[in-house]
Amino acid sequence: MLEINNLKSRIGDTEILRGLSLSVNAGEVHAIMGPNGSGKSTLAQVIAGHDDYVVTGGEVTFMGKNLLDLEPEERAREGIFLGFQYPVEIPGVNNAYLLKAAVNAKRKHQGLGEVDAFEFLKVAREKMALLGMDPKFLNRGVNEGFSGGEKKRNEILQMAMLEPSLAILDETDSGLDIDALKAVAEGVNTLRAPDRAIVLVTHYQRLLDYIEPDFVHVLSEGQIIRSGDKSLALELEEKGYDWVREAANA
Amino acid sequence: MSSENIESIVNRRYEHGFVTDIESEGLPPGLNEGVVRAISALKKEPEFMLEWRLQAYRQWLEMREPEWAHLHYPPVKFNEISYYSAPKSDEDRPKSLDEVDPKLLETYDKLGIPLHERARLAGVAVDAVFDSVSVATTFKEKLSDVGVIFCSFSEAVLEHPELVKKYLGSVVPRRDNFYAALNSAVFSDGSFVYIPKGVRCPMELSTYFRINAANTGQFERTLIIADVDSHVSYLEGCTAPMRDENQLHAAVVELVALDGAEIKYSTVQNWYPGDENGVGGIYNFVTKRGDCRGDNSKISWTQVETGSAITWKYPSCLLRGDNSVGEFYSVAVANNMQQADTGTKMIHIGANTSSTIVSKGISAGKAQNAYRGLVKVMPQAHGARNHTQCDSLLIGKECGAHTFPYMEIKNPSARIEHEATTSKISADQLFYCRQRGISEEDAVNMIVNGFCKEVFKELPMEFAVEAQALLNVSLEGAVG
Repeated sequence: MLEINNLKSRIGDTEILRGLSLSVNAGEVHAIMGPNGSGKSTLAQVIAGHDDYVVTGGEVTFMGKNLLDLEPEERAREGIFLGFQYPVEIPGVNNAYLLKAAVNAKRKHQGLGEVDAFEFLKVAREKMALLGMDPKFLNRGVNEGFSGGEKKRNEILQMAMLEPSLAILDETDSGLDIDALKAVAEGVNTLRAPDRAIVLVTHYQRLLDYIEPDFVHVLSEGQIIRSGDKSLALELEEKGYDWVREAANA
Repeated sequence: MSSENIESIVNRRYEHGFVTDIESEGLPPGLNEGVVRAISALKKEPEFMLEWRLQAYRQWLEMREPEWAHLHYPPVKFNEISYYSAPKSDEDRPKSLDEVDPKLLETYDKLGIPLHERARLAGVAVDAVFDSVSVATTFKEKLSDVGVIFCSFSEAVLEHPELVKKYLGSVVPRRDNFYAALNSAVFSDGSFVYIPKGVRCPMELSTYFRINAANTGQFERTLIIADVDSHVSYLEGCTAPMRDENQLHAAVVELVALDGAEIKYSTVQNWYPGDENGVGGIYNFVTKRGDCRGDNSKISWTQVETGSAITWKYPSCLLRGDNSVGEFYSVAVANNMQQADTGTKMIHIGANTSSTIVSKGISAGKAQNAYRGLVKVMPQAHGARNHTQCDSLLIGKECGAHTFPYMEIKNPSARIEHEATTSKISADQLFYCRQRGISEEDAVNMIVNGFCKEVFKELPMEFAVEAQALLNVSLEGAVG
């Protein structure tokens, strides 16, 4: 589904991704781990198409299409979803309104008509119940005055409504207490599907206690230096990142 | 124009031939007493009206153009303006929409203006336009059944001189300010509304339905009187870009609300703002004031301002009656080279008066947008309350937003609150929306409409929908 080959990217004058390769297939859950500054979030932003990151080399294809040719909104409509580490507040814009606009943008791209307002609300309420969210959130400004946990839950709600083929969740666990973490993880687990891939970008192993990955990759200095199954995450937790780095350099 | 010419105009004013000449050609540029007399004569006005105009003219001569506004423009050459422009003859007008600038039609399309209205707005010759007169006639009948007077100002001067005499200039005196004095001397036409005691006007009054609305000219004069316990909602303007050859517009609007009366005045203004460099745009210097003359009266101003090169406008409320209420809701958009200096004045005079100000300024391109507001509480105004909320939204890096709040509080029991915010549409917000599949333009529109929501909800329903569409068109290409 997603093929990244020797990807290089910089922000300003700083080289961040230095020849990263990764292959993700439908139905798989990948965890990308690594120390701060290793390029985890950059990878997520580059896949989503953020302007600040300049791609200086390599290829990225998504379902056979050259992703780097597409605008961010086109990538989203093709089925890529990024759950932000710091979801931005948009005061005055109703949460339901943004959700509906997003759903309709995707439907239009797929040649479908606009979603019926009642049907939309019904589905949104169902998904919110699943995530343990108060339906009142629909009528509040996008992320306006939300707590950290509410923002992250809201991201998962958007993901649930948009039904992406590829979801990248950037540090979805950061800033969450254990109950919120469980709720978010449960939400993500219900969205696991044979036709959907999920990439978890995370610093800590603890999220992986709740969302079990098929693959774990360690990112360091803009490259994947080790890949394995979920046991790699446990090993990292025990031995720290230096251990992998030393092993890679040896 | 030489002085002999003027004299000959004045002296010939009763000749029938003269009037038709002026009607087809307009007055030559320049302003003097003769021109004032000629305008009055053209309108066959009674003596009191001419006297009123002449006094205003003499007062205007002694006044100076205000310079305090946060606006920059070359001085207006008052002697190069024609103070009575003739209505365009049908021969000069486009014969059908096929002859109209396609760009204008494209805008109408985006705004969703009905086909028959497009023709009227674009100035297509009357006989080619869908006949709206019959609509207006039915409308007038319905109003006269309940005793509401709604007519052109010129008609009111002739048909209801006692009301005009009593109320004209009672809210905005002739010498109130430079532009008000100028308007008082040379006003061309406008609207007149009288709502009798206890009557709730059965429909929204809109300039659109006033016959002859097309020729009100550059110095519009509006007077609305709501008698005891009456209610009226008045809509001014139009979301469609108006075709207009006059660069300087100096209107005066006076509202009078007697005991228990309520006036809701909504404006959507979309005059030509000039091109990207600001060339050719309209200067809009307006004096709008409402007088809550009676106890328990209420005046509410709602405005959406997107047009004009320069806007100088402060719809105000004099809260004279006890328990009277003044409201001001405003969205002012300035894009490209537009400059806006707008706001309100709330003057608390009666006891337990309250006022609300919600101002939303949006600046994009290289535009400058200033909010200027005065809240004044007089010594006798016990228990006055005001809440002011003043928000600015910036789009891009080259525009500016300025806030000039003035407060003069002379009664210690007053409760005054002022909140102000400035925000920017951030790159992060846009990226967030785009990552959800929403285009950049749609994202900007969504954020701007969210920002203006509080004001839009004050507009009558169909006006609100149009205003939203208008905002989107006004800010097209503002990002990127």
